[in-house]
Amino acid sequence: MYAQMIKSEATTDDPEKLKEFQARIDDDIKVEPRDWMPEGYRKTLIRQIGQHAHSEIVGQLPEGNWITRAPTLERKMILLAKVQDEAGHGLYLYAAAETLGVSRDDLTEQLLSGKMKYSSIFNYATLNWADIGAVGWLVDGAAIMNQVPLQRTSYGPYSRAMIRICKEESFHQRQGYDIMMKMAQGTEAQKKMAQDALNRLWYPSLMMFGPSDADSVHSTQNMAWKIKMNTNDELRQKFVDQTVPQAEYLGLTIPDENLTWNEKKGGYDYSDPDWSEFFDVLKGNGPCNVDRLEARNKAWDDGAWVRDGLMAHAEKKRAAKTAAE
Amino acid sequence: MANVDKEMLTQFLLRMGDNTLILGHRVSEWCGHAPVLEEDIALANTALDLIGQTQLWLGYAAEVMDDGKTADDIAFLRDAWDFRNLLLLELPNGDFGQTLMRQFLFDAYQSILLPRLMKSSDQAIAEIAEKASKEAAYHVERSAETVVGLGDGTEESHKRMQAALDRLWPYVGEMFASDDVDAAMAAAGVAPDPASLREEYDALIGKVLSEATLTIPDSDFAHKGGRNGKTHTEHLGHLLTQMQWLQRAYPGATW
Repeated sequence: MYAQMIKSEATTDDPEKLKEFQARIDDDIKVEPRDWMPEGYRKTLIRQIGQHAHSEIVGQLPEGNWITRAPTLERKMILLAKVQDEAGHGLYLYAAAETLGVSRDDLTEQLLSGKMKYSSIFNYATLNWADIGAVGWLVDGAAIMNQVPLQRTSYGPYSRAMIRICKEESFHQRQGYDIMMKMAQGTEAQKKMAQDALNRLWYPSLMMFGPSDADSVHSTQNMAWKIKMNTNDELRQKFVDQTVPQAEYLGLTIPDENLTWNEKKGGYDYSDPDWSEFFDVLKGNGPCNVDRLEARNKAWDDGAWVRDGLMAHAEKKRAAKTAAE
Repeated sequence: MANVDKEMLTQFLLRMGDNTLILGHRVSEWCGHAPVLEEDIALANTALDLIGQTQLWLGYAAEVMDDGKTADDIAFLRDAWDFRNLLLLELPNGDFGQTLMRQFLFDAYQSILLPRLMKSSDQAIAEIAEKASKEAAYHVERSAETVVGLGDGTEESHKRMQAALDRLWPYVGEMFASDDVDAAMAAAGVAPDPASLREEYDALIGKVLSEATLTIPDSDFAHKGGRNGKTHTEHLGHLLTQMQWLQRAYPGATW
């Protein structure tokens, strides 16, 4: 789940048109870029798709942190391919957002100024090689939980982007789990790395689904519009239920003393993450917020001459072609 | 395997594999930091191709050496003096212009060398070259296009690209400095003598750099010592420190 706390925008459109719009959504007819849509729907989607795209872009950094230290040629290739896929996901998502009348440069400026957010998870550090496994297993695992239902979201371009993205994400998750297997079956030092990665990334992964539904004020409208398909707690529960047996299989311990199987609900009871930490991270006080934004700003600023140069060249070529005609 | 001295053949394969390994590593340092999203994707793709080629070259080197070592052992457990890559490729990335200029100067070389290697008397080399030459053809098309775009872009981009060419030019000559390994490969029909590729190379880069409105420095001085391992730059040791860290810190682990 790369979009968190997406506030739904108030809408002041004609009630008749709104009713018609809602009826189409209820009938599962996709909304396409040229169709009429409420301003609130448009703005909420721009924020959600934009946040998702930014997460893919910033998400390159914690994994990129280990590309130059990957322990084998094959691991290096797998990680490069994964980070390349993520940049590609960013590209489809920005393209989907552009169909709503906002430019990629505009969204980028908003990310760089801190006006738009990206998922809280990418403000956590990758400190040992097992973190690269845990990011695939837990972070991509949590993302898939949310993205699979979003394949059915009401906005056509977003839904189609999700279908492409989901295929690659499930591949990433398997690769992450494969690293964890190797580590968990490896030397004592490797097992220690694997447990350390799980200890640090477990609660931040649970936070990816956003605060409890009881505190989530924007869910109702977004769910009616089919921009949000499930509640935060539903998805979090599903994630815990899926992940606990996987951790057991690896011989790793989930860092939660209260984790118990609840026969009656047919799922695990688990401890909530520390929500004050989550809100601190959103405010910019996570372990890596400053580093991440500094890295993105530096890439953008240092790259200005490249973008300008290539644009100027394209312009010269266009002018020369026009002159020749 | 071709009928040629095994030690010499190993040296040739290390030259091929270390070039792609070290450049692939340098390019991968860009991941997430490129000037524009499309370049992030393209650089990751280039690095991926180069590391893939490394697996093939070093995998075959391991087969020829036949002492129980794998491609990973060769990549991660040798010290700097055993590396046989061109000095050009171990230099730090510098700005995006310098990275792309280095890429172009190397891609141009590979795009000429690899098609010749497809006719190698050594079947394994011919097969690796066939796969790699397709990638190299695509790489040179892309890096040449970017060098032209930036050379003939704004005043600033032109200035930066000329500075990159001036900085890297003294490292180009090493590509063509033949020695007894090359003579042995040429004699056995394994690989062409690199000196014989210079004319075609000069024609190719001359055309692209002139379209880029850049001036090739008037000097034929060449730093050497990477291909034969005699004198690497100070930079290689630092690169290896990072690349080899996990394998060195946790010997015997599988990943």
